[in-house]
Amino acid sequence: MNPAVGIAAFAAVSLATAVIGFYGLRISRTTGDFYVASRTVRPWWNASAIGGEYLSAASFLGVAGLILLSGTDALWFPVGYTAGYLMLLLFVAAPLRRSGAYTIPDFTEARLDSRVVRRVTSVVVVMVGWLYIVPQLHGAALAIRATTGLPAWVGQVAVVAVVCVTVVSGGMRSITFVQAFQYWLKLTALAVPILFILFVLADSGTPAVAAASTNPTGAAPAGLYQNISLLVALLFGTLGLPHVLVRFYTNPDGQSARRTTLIVLGLLSVFYLFPTAYGLVGRMFAPHLAQSGQADALVLLLPGELVGGTAGDLLSALVVAGAFAAFLSTTSGLVVSLAGVISQDLFGGSVKGFRRAAVISAVVPLGIASMTGSLALAGSVGLVFAFTASTICPVLLLGIWWRGLTDAGAIAGMVTGAVLCGGAMVAGAVLGAGGTPTWLAQPAAWTVPAAFAVMVLASRATRDRVPRTITRLMTRLHTPERPLATER
Amino acid sequence: MPDSPLFTAAAIAVIAAAIAVVVAVGLKVLRSFRELGTDAERATYKTLHTASRAGQHLRTGLNPAGAAKASRQLRSLLGCDALAITDASGVLAWDGAGEELKPLLMELSAGVFDGGHTAVIPAGEVQELAQGKGGVATRPDVERAAVIAPIKAGTRVVGVVAAFAPAAGAGLVRATSEVADWVATQVELAELDASRTLLMEAEVRALRAQISPHFIYNSLNAIASFINTDPVRARELVVEFADFTRYSFRRHGDFTTLAEELRCIDRYLLLERARFGDRVQVSLRIAPEVLSTVIPFLSLQPLVENAVRHGLEAKEGPGHITITANDSGAFAEVTIEDDGVGMDPEQLRAVLAGHGEGDHVGLRNVDARLRQVYGDDHGLVIETAPGEGTLITMRVPKSQPRHDA
Repeated sequence: MNPAVGIAAFAAVSLATAVIGFYGLRISRTTGDFYVASRTVRPWWNASAIGGEYLSAASFLGVAGLILLSGTDALWFPVGYTAGYLMLLLFVAAPLRRSGAYTIPDFTEARLDSRVVRRVTSVVVVMVGWLYIVPQLHGAALAIRATTGLPAWVGQVAVVAVVCVTVVSGGMRSITFVQAFQYWLKLTALAVPILFILFVLADSGTPAVAAASTNPTGAAPAGLYQNISLLVALLFGTLGLPHVLVRFYTNPDGQSARRTTLIVLGLLSVFYLFPTAYGLVGRMFAPHLAQSGQADALVLLLPGELVGGTAGDLLSALVVAGAFAAFLSTTSGLVVSLAGVISQDLFGGSVKGFRRAAVISAVVPLGIASMTGSLALAGSVGLVFAFTASTICPVLLLGIWWRGLTDAGAIAGMVTGAVLCGGAMVAGAVLGAGGTPTWLAQPAAWTVPAAFAVMVLASRATRDRVPRTITRLMTRLHTPERPLATER
Repeated sequence: MPDSPLFTAAAIAVIAAAIAVVVAVGLKVLRSFRELGTDAERATYKTLHTASRAGQHLRTGLNPAGAAKASRQLRSLLGCDALAITDASGVLAWDGAGEELKPLLMELSAGVFDGGHTAVIPAGEVQELAQGKGGVATRPDVERAAVIAPIKAGTRVVGVVAAFAPAAGAGLVRATSEVADWVATQVELAELDASRTLLMEAEVRALRAQISPHFIYNSLNAIASFINTDPVRARELVVEFADFTRYSFRRHGDFTTLAEELRCIDRYLLLERARFGDRVQVSLRIAPEVLSTVIPFLSLQPLVENAVRHGLEAKEGPGHITITANDSGAFAEVTIEDDGVGMDPEQLRAVLAGHGEGDHVGLRNVDARLRQVYGDDHGLVIETAPGEGTLITMRVPKSQPRHDA
């Protein structure tokens, strides 16, 4: 592929992000348009923004790569990523919006009336955020290497630099619109090329190299335990993602938070059709990519492989642009919410502190990413979900739905979840690919229940520590803001 | 995926965390071995340290959680077998042995509540009472006397401190009385804290902005002038006026959302424009993310009114007001800028400090309320000079779980 294509696509996406971020679609009218200004973001916009922020490198590149490698087993990933939103819709979206807390640490502090819980939650949130940024940077490294042939670190540094510059210079002021734009860019970048590819294939009658059911790597199919564990991780993990939760505060009330989530479900379902299509087409027409270890780059390479020529270059450019939109949007969303948490807890919440925190939250994962290699993006992100599901998710769910949660219980549960899940991840790293038993490689099925159990038991044991304001808080979380009839 | 990068990343993170913990613990231990002074100094330090730790727990008043933690500290201070703290209605905390006596404590201390003096109850009497109760099983081999001292806030007895020991010597009695007095001081401090909070709330309520009488008068006059020439517009303006007053006279809640406040400003400006015509131009740049931010009720409208009244009214020709709201990390930043006649900074400072007489009472009111609610870092920031216009900046935290809009 022509290296200039990749660079041009990356530059174009970065520029568009920056421009929309700075001047953007921020409402800027003169007299008389107050009503427009005082109307909050429409659920459609907000849903697109959530979609933009949520669809990371794992969704854009990883899912197709996994389908190429392991076939239908990998379909659990898009199912889980999407269904996680159903959990969010049912259990978290509206009450969290009503709580008035802006970050997860804010929520736990308000709910449990304890500074210590806040600290612990902050640490966990920052860890989750960092772990989640790392695969994005690996994706960037992979995309740069596969499309331009430049060394891998260039992609990582470029993404971190663009994110740092836009966030620090205040370019994320209209973050909702930036993220909404990114969603539609990502969708287009996947949809247009695959449609082209399908037309070309249908037209020219290119013979399929293999049947859809062939297994290019010969890997054993995943067992029942693995699939259940993965689903538990994805379903519960989505609840606790810091950058996703922040978006809900853009909704004016709990009801529109629910409606937004419903639209997000639709948007995600549409989106995931396309990586699946890439995976299947790749399986049938380009199985050699799986053997050469380039599965994650499948989406990027397929247009060039199957269409070729100038059209292939243009389509590749579009896909590369979409991929970078994925890295940039998820990374900047995470950096903004991490910087919010870090600056509040470490720098007292000043403007300067926020900038400093933004740089810290982008550069640390860069360090981690450059020290580690990139393998199976969707898998790495799945582990981050497992970690979130065993730490933040129990606090949120029990905090919202159970009066008996205490600060001691919350801390005990989070620490248990973090130690178990983190321990499993470390053990997996030490034992290596071959030696890790399934229950260690996919820990969510036992770490999540363990975290819940410890949280409940420790709360029961410290029953006298239930905050005295609990009834008021619970009322606030669960009562609709405005009775429909009274307000105009 | 076991040797995926995340495993390695997690491994590195865990190792780094472990090193950090070891270093931190090591430093703590090292520090504790440093020079600590003579035995007497150390005893003094230990007593004061225990007392101040217990004091922290009592600063929220007499409640079970605080009392439980404090009783642990206080028992080590008195060196008795068991220590209990009660309030007027029941036992709040019991630390140490002999918990089977807990149901009896209120009965034992009835005299103390009545008389307000420290009581010493010999072991035999405690035992007798326990047997009299029948249901309470005590162990005959462990006999404990009780020293019960009142916690007096003012002249009321709000609770008691009860110490149980095999023998109630004069030393224990004196010490228990002192501890009870000390607890009383903490409780009084807690009450002081509570009343200070109440005072602040009352002050905020008293400061609650009111729309200026001038504005009502001027608006009604402006509307009156339209009644004959443009009855339709007059009617619309009256409706706007009604909506505006309904918002600003509402009784419930001290907080509102930025979106609601902007709507109120819109109505206000509509009415002002009826008077000034095109002399007042307004532009808005609002980031939608902050529209649902909670702000004190009527905290922006007085600022806009100030810009119209003092910035543009005195100026010749059209004037321009720009209102922006930005998302800035954990805060929402709202600015109101006008290109009017500006103010003298010294005079403004005097007004904000509450000394100056004058027309900028609205600014002082908003500034005082913001400081009350969010702390001194969140007062208004006003940049102005005579003839140079005025820029007012307000920064409020986006996260306010305790404030209902």
